[in-house]
Amino acid sequence: MNLLEMEGKRLFMDYGIPVPEGVLSRGGPVSLPFGFPAVVKAQVPTGGRGRAGGVRIVRDMAELESAVREMIGMNIGGHAVTDLLIERKVESRKELYVSIAVDRSKRKPLIIASEVGGMDVESVPEDRIIRDWIDPWVGIQPFMLRRIILGLGLGKESSGQFRAIIQGVWRLFQDMDAELVEINPLIMTDGGRLIAADSKVVIDDDSLFRHEELRRSTGEMTSLEGMARDEGIAFVQLGGDIGVIANGAGLTMATLDLLTSGGGKGGAFLDLGGTDDPDKVKRAVLLMAKAKPKVVLLNIFGGITKCDTVASGLLQAYNEGDIDFPIVARIKGVNEDEAVAMLKGSKIKAALSLKEAVEAAVEIASGV
Amino acid sequence: MLPECEGMSILIDEKTKVLIQGVTGHQGEFHTKAMLDFGTKVVAGVTPGKGGEKIHGVPVFETVKAAIEETGAETSGIFVPAPFVMDAAIEAMDAGVKTLVIITEHVPVQDAMKIVSLAERFGARIVGPNCPGLASPGKAKLGIIPNHIMKKGDVGVVSRSGTLTYEIVDSLTRAGIGQSTCVGIGGDRVSGTDFVDVLGMFQKDRQTKRIVIIGEIGGSAEEEAARYISDGVTKPVTAYIAGRSAPPGKRMGHAGAIISRGTGTAESKVNALKDAGVAIAETASDIVEIIERE
Repeated sequence: MNLLEMEGKRLFMDYGIPVPEGVLSRGGPVSLPFGFPAVVKAQVPTGGRGRAGGVRIVRDMAELESAVREMIGMNIGGHAVTDLLIERKVESRKELYVSIAVDRSKRKPLIIASEVGGMDVESVPEDRIIRDWIDPWVGIQPFMLRRIILGLGLGKESSGQFRAIIQGVWRLFQDMDAELVEINPLIMTDGGRLIAADSKVVIDDDSLFRHEELRRSTGEMTSLEGMARDEGIAFVQLGGDIGVIANGAGLTMATLDLLTSGGGKGGAFLDLGGTDDPDKVKRAVLLMAKAKPKVVLLNIFGGITKCDTVASGLLQAYNEGDIDFPIVARIKGVNEDEAVAMLKGSKIKAALSLKEAVEAAVEIASGV
Repeated sequence: MLPECEGMSILIDEKTKVLIQGVTGHQGEFHTKAMLDFGTKVVAGVTPGKGGEKIHGVPVFETVKAAIEETGAETSGIFVPAPFVMDAAIEAMDAGVKTLVIITEHVPVQDAMKIVSLAERFGARIVGPNCPGLASPGKAKLGIIPNHIMKKGDVGVVSRSGTLTYEIVDSLTRAGIGQSTCVGIGGDRVSGTDFVDVLGMFQKDRQTKRIVIIGEIGGSAEEEAARYISDGVTKPVTAYIAGRSAPPGKRMGHAGAIISRGTGTAESKVNALKDAGVAIAETASDIVEIIERE
């Protein structure tokens, strides 16, 4: 779950990480408790908002008012802008970079710091980046901080602040079950103060059972993806017109791959997971219906999820819901004969090989 | 080149004494039965509050320590719900278990990092989390891979996926190609065991004559496997990578299956494996054809 900049900064404040003075706006009249120039920033859970016109510098009230008017409702990367963060513009002498993230290969939290910030960390030369891995049971020890500060060549005036910021980032990372906490840029003002000008915080979805305060559908996902999460179904909206349903993430990906190489365009990816509940299958199909596919390609390899369970869920969905698309299905594994018999005479074409099912789906979608 | 040793199948065989944590739960109980049917020596179960019961004839204990003292269990399968996995894993390591297979999915990644870090200190091996487990056909299994799809043979299978693995193993079996051991390493971002670990074991195992890798988008485990294969795996390797058509930035069902900041693409993995001399299956069903041609 990607937090918005303003949500990340609220956490930064809780963890003693300085942020610029700012106010929030959802449109309407604004009064600033600080002077101009100010920065108006669209709150969207996606990168590249600067290029998309989602960040503007304003020098007086008239400019601010027109920026607010124009930016609310803007579409940035598929997200409608509803919230703006208006901050005092901080003059910077230098921009730094700090993050803590999950390193998959080393299986440990990784701290990255650089005295070159403000851009993608991938484009910073390797010799200007400091990396250190943290044992989660040991945490950040003073020697690591000394090593990082020495490596960055930070002066006396800012090294104390920097130490407090890193410790704040680490505590936030742990307490909030983050996958990533990133400050980019971390601004050093003319006066030598360090301030987090932006925030990027990604929370581990699997930890939400212990973060009730964060349980909600975020704007990072299209609303269907949010609904799917609430149902415990893995769902990804894609650009095409053929829905893909399978049981298991790997099998669903492999099915989508086959469809794509067969000339079809996936419209939605739906992983049923393992289930012995026909009702979950029904809910999944009804959810898929909301993505308005022309046809659905279903691939079931029955094991824990039995084929007849899936068949019964499919039939329930057709009986109860307003479903106007056909399903072409390849059904194999535990109780496949029962499932095929159940589906006879329905709008579901079953008992095809996967290759035949893909061809049928592509043909239906192209309207031939 | 790595030396071959006396091993016959890897990680589990008919002598392994297995303990199931979460044995009284819906999944734990169901799969304990299937494991017993497959020939696994399931000697104990653990569920706090249910000590003294029996599940399919297997005695249930209050603690892992008590279970080990009574039964000599040495390997644990963890089926407890995600919020309790870290406690269960630490309890097992503390009691001396050296191989832990964590079947549970949706384990928080920070818990996984803590478990893996402790395992290094305890000298324990973690397989998973979020994996279908291990199976050496004709001997024993620990996990949830369906019994009837497997057949004893000489192909070592290692995979990040569940159902897709079953599909591929099933097609191997139908083609008369048996397996030495099937290892599901799991689809999470942080896994205790990766492709490289299992490749090393298969290379040394005498029963295993060839290897199948089932990978997917996200992370760099397949690229690391490719480097390892170049450096010293002499047995023929075939690989299939799922997620070629996945868009960047989206989690494709598995927590670990995500292309982020341009890394973890199927293309990068396929190219790395090709360069290491691995035969690439364009579709899952091609794996059988490639092995039959060899």
